[in-house]
This record gives sequence, C-alpha cells and structure tokens, in this order.
Amino acid sequence: MEALFQNIINALQWGSFYALIALGYTLVYGVLLLINFAHGDIFMVGAYIAFGVSVFVLGVQGLDLPNWAVLACGVPLTMILTAGVGVTLERIAYRPLRRKGAHRLYVVITALMCGLILENGNLALLGASRKKFPELMEKTVWSLGDVSVTNLKVLVIFAAFAVFGILNFIVTRTRIGMAMRAISYDKFAIPLMGIPVDTIIVFTFVLGSGFAGLAGMLFAMSYPILEPYMGALIGWKAFIAAVVGGIGDIRGAFVGGFLLGFIEILVVAFFPSTLRDLIAFSILLVILWMKPTGLFGIARHQKI
Amino acid sequence: MVAGCGGGGEDTIKIGFNIPMTGDIPKVGEASKYAAEMLKEDINSQGGLEVGGKKYKLEFVYEDNESKAESAVNAALKLIEQDQVVAIIGPNSSKQAVPAGGTCNDNRVPMISPWSTNPDTTKDRPWVFRAAFLDPFQGPVAVNFATKQFGAKTAAVLFDISNDYSKGLAEIFQSEWEKKHGADTVVAFESHGTKDQDFSAQLTKILAAKPDFIFVPNNYNQVALIIKQAHDLGWEGPFMGSDAWGSAELMTLCGDDCKGQFFSTHYAAAGAKGDTKVFIDRYTAKYGYTPDDVAALTWDATRLVLQAIQDAGKYESDVRKERQSIRDALGGIKEFAGITGSMKFDAQGDPIKCAVVVEIDDQGQFVFAESVCP
Repeated sequence: MEALFQNIINALQWGSFYALIALGYTLVYGVLLLINFAHGDIFMVGAYIAFGVSVFVLGVQGLDLPNWAVLACGVPLTMILTAGVGVTLERIAYRPLRRKGAHRLYVVITALMCGLILENGNLALLGASRKKFPELMEKTVWSLGDVSVTNLKVLVIFAAFAVFGILNFIVTRTRIGMAMRAISYDKFAIPLMGIPVDTIIVFTFVLGSGFAGLAGMLFAMSYPILEPYMGALIGWKAFIAAVVGGIGDIRGAFVGGFLLGFIEILVVAFFPSTLRDLIAFSILLVILWMKPTGLFGIARHQKI
Repeated sequence: MVAGCGGGGEDTIKIGFNIPMTGDIPKVGEASKYAAEMLKEDINSQGGLEVGGKKYKLEFVYEDNESKAESAVNAALKLIEQDQVVAIIGPNSSKQAVPAGGTCNDNRVPMISPWSTNPDTTKDRPWVFRAAFLDPFQGPVAVNFATKQFGAKTAAVLFDISNDYSKGLAEIFQSEWEKKHGADTVVAFESHGTKDQDFSAQLTKILAAKPDFIFVPNNYNQVALIIKQAHDLGWEGPFMGSDAWGSAELMTLCGDDCKGQFFSTHYAAAGAKGDTKVFIDRYTAKYGYTPDDVAALTWDATRLVLQAIQDAGKYESDVRKERQSIRDALGGIKEFAGITGSMKFDAQGDPIKCAVVVEIDDQGQFVFAESVCP
C-alpha cells in the first residue's frame, strides 16, 4: 500500500515533465497546426541554458549569490533565453516556409531537422561530456512511514499545475488567447480582422519555449546530469502524450502527460520492469484505437 | 610515402582504435585516446618501435563508435577496409565489443578490447583478445565482498536491459548470489533502458523488498542518477558496483551521494606503486585528472599489440600477413606484466588476473579495499 502511494508521487513528478513538454507541443499545434518536433530539443537547450545561467552567469562574477537567489533569478532568465531560442527557430526556419506557402509536411520535416541541429550544435559546442547540474535547493526528504517526498518533487508537481493554470487562463480568457484560437480556425480570414498573425505566432512560441525552459531547469534539478540527446526521447514521449490527450487542446496535453507518467510508473510497479515501454505504449495505442482524436481532441475536417 | 588508399606507409605501423568519443560514455573514449597518445609519443620520440632491428613509427587512427553497437561495427569495418590497420584496440564496452568482435574475427583482424568483461566478446573468436577480467569472475567477487562487508543475506539488482555488459553481469550476479545464499535471496531484479533518467518506480519496488544492499552493474552516468534517486526515496543502505563505475567522471556527476560506496574494478589509482604509479603520475600531469581503469587498460592492450609485433620478429609490408603474424604472436603470449597487474592468457584469449574492490572515500578518491585473485 505504501509502495502504491510512493509510486503515485513518483508518477506525479514524472508526469509533470511530460505534461510541461506536451503543453509546448499542443500550443504550437493549436495555433499553426504544426508539430514542432524540435520542441524536445528546445527543452534540452532549456536545461543547458539553466546550467549556463546558474553556473556561469549567476555563479561566477564574484556575486556569491546564495542558492535560493540563483534559483529565483535563474528561472525567469532561463525562461526568457529559451523563449529566445524558440522564437529564433520560428523566425529563421518556420516563418520563411510559411511565407512561401509551403505545405505543412515540409515545415514538420524542417522542425525535425532543427531538432537535430540543436542536438549536434550542442555536441559540437560543448562536447560529449556530461554536465553536472549544481544543487540549487537544499534537499529535504520528508518521510511518512515508507513514503518519501522531497521538496523538489513538490515544487515540480506544483509548477506543472501552475503552468497549466496560467496557460489555460491565457488561452481561454484573454484576447490574445482568443486570437490564438482564431488563427487555427482560419488563418486567411484572421488578418483581415486586424489581428497581427505573426505577433500571435511569436507569442505562442514564447509561451511554449519559455515553459520548455522552465521544464528543462526543473528537470536538470531533479535529474542533474545533462547530455545533448536528453531531449529526444522524452520529447517523443511527451508528443505521444499530447496526441493521446488530443493534440491542440491544453487540457489534453496536461492529462495526457500525467496519464503517460502514471502508466509508465505503475507498469513497473506491477509488472517486470523490462516490459515497461511495451505495455505502456500498448495501452496508449488502445486509447487511440478507441478514440483516434485523443481524449479531448475534436475531429477536424478540412480540405487539403 | 605510399600512404593513401592502401597499405599504409612503409615505415609506419597503423593501429586502429574503436572507441566511444560521443554517446553515453564519452569519458571512456577520451581516457582511451589520451592513454594511447601518451604511449605513441613515448615510442615515436625514441624513433619508433624496433622490430627486427628496424624502427617503425606508430600511427594511431581513432574512430568514434558513439557508444552504439551498430556504429562499433561500422567503425571496425572502416578501420579494416579504409584505414588498413594491422590491429584494432577496442571497443571498450561489451555492448560494442561483442558485435565488433564478430566483425574483426570474420575479417581476420586481431582485436583487443581493453575494458570488455562479457564472455561473448572473445568466445570462439580466435582473432579477439582482451585485457580485462571476465564477468563470471567479477560477479562472484561482488557476491563474496558484499556478503562479508555488509553482512548481507539478501540483495537487489538494478541493471540496464539494453546493455550486454550490464545485463550479463546482473544475471551472473543473481545466479551466484542465489547459489551462495539460497533461492529467492535476490529479492528484486529490476531493469531500465539506456536513455532512462527516472528510476523511481524501479527503486520503489526495490526498497519495498527491503534488500540488504543494491547491486548496480551500470555505467557511471546512470549510477549517478540511480544513487541520488534512491537517497531521495529514503534509502540509506549500501550499494555495490562493478567496473563500469570506475570513470574519472563518476565523482563529478555523483558527488556526495557516491561517497562510501564500493565497486569492483581493474586497479586502484590511490596508493598504486611501481610502473602503475609512474603511469598515473604522468597521465595526471599531462591531462589534469587521475586516469581511470579504462586508460590503464588501453595502455596495456596497446602494449600487448606492440609486444606481439616485436615478438613476431619482422614487420610484414603486406597488411594481411602482418595481421596474421600479430594474431599468432598474441596467441603465443603466455604472460604479460601490465600496469593493471600481471596477466596470463587462457586458450580463449582471456587474461587471468586479479580484481580489486575499491571504496570511494570522503575525498571522492577510489581507495583500495581488497584484492581478489582467481
């Protein structure tokens, strides 16, 4: 029984990362109908930026900031810089293709390529050696019987819920959110209404990449070993989570992320760990089989 | 110089290195390369390697196998066909050494793996040798040491399912432990994938089974994550590791969490004597960190090849003939005094040598705890 509670906490933490990354996929898809396959690698870049920010920018320079201050300044700085990376990608890779009216398929392939560029650029720039992320939080382990929680886990789970709340608010309650939803309906009519499409798209990338940066930082704090390919697998899985939740829907990404986290952890808890991915993804396949648009997705009929 | 598409230069000996410069364990490739470079400079600064009264310069070709099995096969083929090397050092990890060993054996090129401990690397492959001891020897070393040191009756194992080395050693450990302590005394036997970063579910299962210690035959990068997460889940008991822990990078990645843990390995750098100490001091002065076991083993493996070339008495200009004579000479080496200890070779091309168990002390140094000889 205690092991079950422990696993629920484990799953909440692990699912938080999937959810945070899946939200980025879903935002960009929701607006542009583009699967931004580089998103997992933007998450990786976020982790490296967090590393650079906390070790070099705030760590050296004779500031001698206490760890909590590094954390407090590091989070916004990481989010801003990662958002910059996302916006740069949009500016140099996706926008020119969109201007030329390229089919979405080519943009998706461009995104895949951008991901590889980010990975290998990192490899060339920083080398293959792993980086050790510094401990920014004094670790406290709270134990209730056999169930252990660290303050970091609580922070990660809290952050995932907070990000979901913020994004949900922006998309459903604000004018800019309304504009984001509008673009996905009809990107040809919307400019005629006086909505600056490019600005809205840039804003979408700022949101998605900024929160990928946050996820990268939290991930680096929880699993403090960074390598250039760390974003690839978790990026794919988060993408699958977003699809199972219903891609394009914020609730879908959030629920899908936690669903995948729970399935992965609970499969290990009750079956041999060797079968984890096999069983986990079979379950997801069955979900899609019954509901091809994902849990919250709506079928989209469109002319191609 | 006739170097270029074939043959290599008249007066150079070309040796290939099939090592992981990128991928999961880049530090292993780096350590191998550094050790090889040091050896090459030593010999070339004296005018080259003397074979049959004539001096030959050494030329080393480093090929990155990305820590992947399929890339290791490609790297081996490239070294054999394109670079026309006379022998290959590496791959280091069994995950790459097992498939690459097959390639080298089929192409009749002598290969020495410095670090691979899985029996399959050299099994029924007359062209493949190694400089490290085997897992069937290392497994019992861990079993006996943990039994004695921790007073353990039960054990748990967490290993990497997609890594031949980790999986092989985990299975050997399990059967040896149960032979010694009775059936079902390995209370948890859990696996994970190579790219995994979260081990909390496996560790929760292990902790719920309440073992006396956890055996982790994993690469150093995963070890750092596993031990940290186990501590986060409230585990305070000991770990026992294997030789894949012994990287110079382990302590950078793992920090305080790894202090006080034990692992079996090929040599202990702290407190070494004689040639081993000379090697460690020179390497440390040159590259700025204490060489790990893979550096020392690469040194030994490369020297074995050079020894074989010298033993053959003359250097053939034809690559195929030279490969054959190196293989024959390697097969003829019965005893070799390396810096990782003296080794005798059995018919399979495997050395019979001692293992050491080291403890990670409060300064993060690998300190000799026990030596176990076959």
